[in-house]
Amino acid sequence: MSQAQFDYLLRLGDTSLILAQRLGEWVGHAPAVEEDLGLANIALDLIGQARLFLSYAGELEGCGRDEDRLAFHRDVPEFRNFALVEQPNGDFGATIVRQFLLDTYQRELYAELLRSKDERLAGIAAKSLKETEYHWRFSSRWLVRLGDGTADSHERVQRALTDLWPYTNELFDADATDRAVAQAGIGPALGTVEARWRPAVGAVIEEATLARPAERGKLTAGKRGMHGEALGYVLAEMQFLQRAYPGGQW
Amino acid sequence: MTQAERDWPLWEVFIRSKSGLEHKHAGSLHAADATMAIEHARDLYTRRMEGVSIWVVRSSEIVASDPGEGAALFEPARDKVYRHPTFYEIPDEVKNL
Repeated sequence: MSQAQFDYLLRLGDTSLILAQRLGEWVGHAPAVEEDLGLANIALDLIGQARLFLSYAGELEGCGRDEDRLAFHRDVPEFRNFALVEQPNGDFGATIVRQFLLDTYQRELYAELLRSKDERLAGIAAKSLKETEYHWRFSSRWLVRLGDGTADSHERVQRALTDLWPYTNELFDADATDRAVAQAGIGPALGTVEARWRPAVGAVIEEATLARPAERGKLTAGKRGMHGEALGYVLAEMQFLQRAYPGGQW
Repeated sequence: MTQAERDWPLWEVFIRSKSGLEHKHAGSLHAADATMAIEHARDLYTRRMEGVSIWVVRSSEIVASDPGEGAALFEPARDKVYRHPTFYEIPDEVKNL
């Protein structure tokens, strides 16, 4: 097992896990009970994906850490999720924008991972891709509704899009880990994913009558463990029980 | 826009549990349009593998019988037991029934 492969699996797993935790905050608070369940369903799909990625990472590492150990007993700098997914929910529109940007990424990434030389990873991608197709339907349709909706909804999602757009730079900023897994045929070259992501995102943004934000140089590095303070609060809530009662089961 | 127009209308949901069976009424939900209604139905009513097909129809499109006319509509069937096949005795000579 290479360190790069382990890190790569943590990136995949943590990104799904932290986004799921964020979506979980909506339970009981969404604008309608139908959306409440819709967001919770997506969160549960993402937790399922995170379990598969993290279990595999733990097995590769061979130090006896299982999915729960990895999820609940690591601290902020050890998390490898994109900074995008730890951003606060904001209003429903901002949650949809964040979801849409990441859904499109996961959809294109998982489609590439189907061809991974790592058969187990390809299998996880195949299962996850079906779920992600639906997540994308949900978030892209909502983005069009809100963008092409009232003046208020348009303004809100445009603002969220402008705010969150710079966080997408990290998704395609290939570092040593990304290059190592690409070279080993485990993961795709990020340029390939980006070449699909940009037109796919652009088409929906246009349909939603939104303006594509100007490119800015901001570059986050959540995937290398550099996070904002937001993640600390997410982990505090997510990990509380296992920190207070280590190994507790029910 | 009035409050009634802002609120999502009500839809009735019908789910087919497996191919070959008929769609059955599963419940209702609110949605802005047909596409959203299908997606909501998927999220609300097929979470536990309940279905392979979904129908949705605006609740306002359903025409219902009037409960006040119940007597006129349904009472006459009560004393017509001969409409059930079990009312008839089958002669021993009749085979293959």
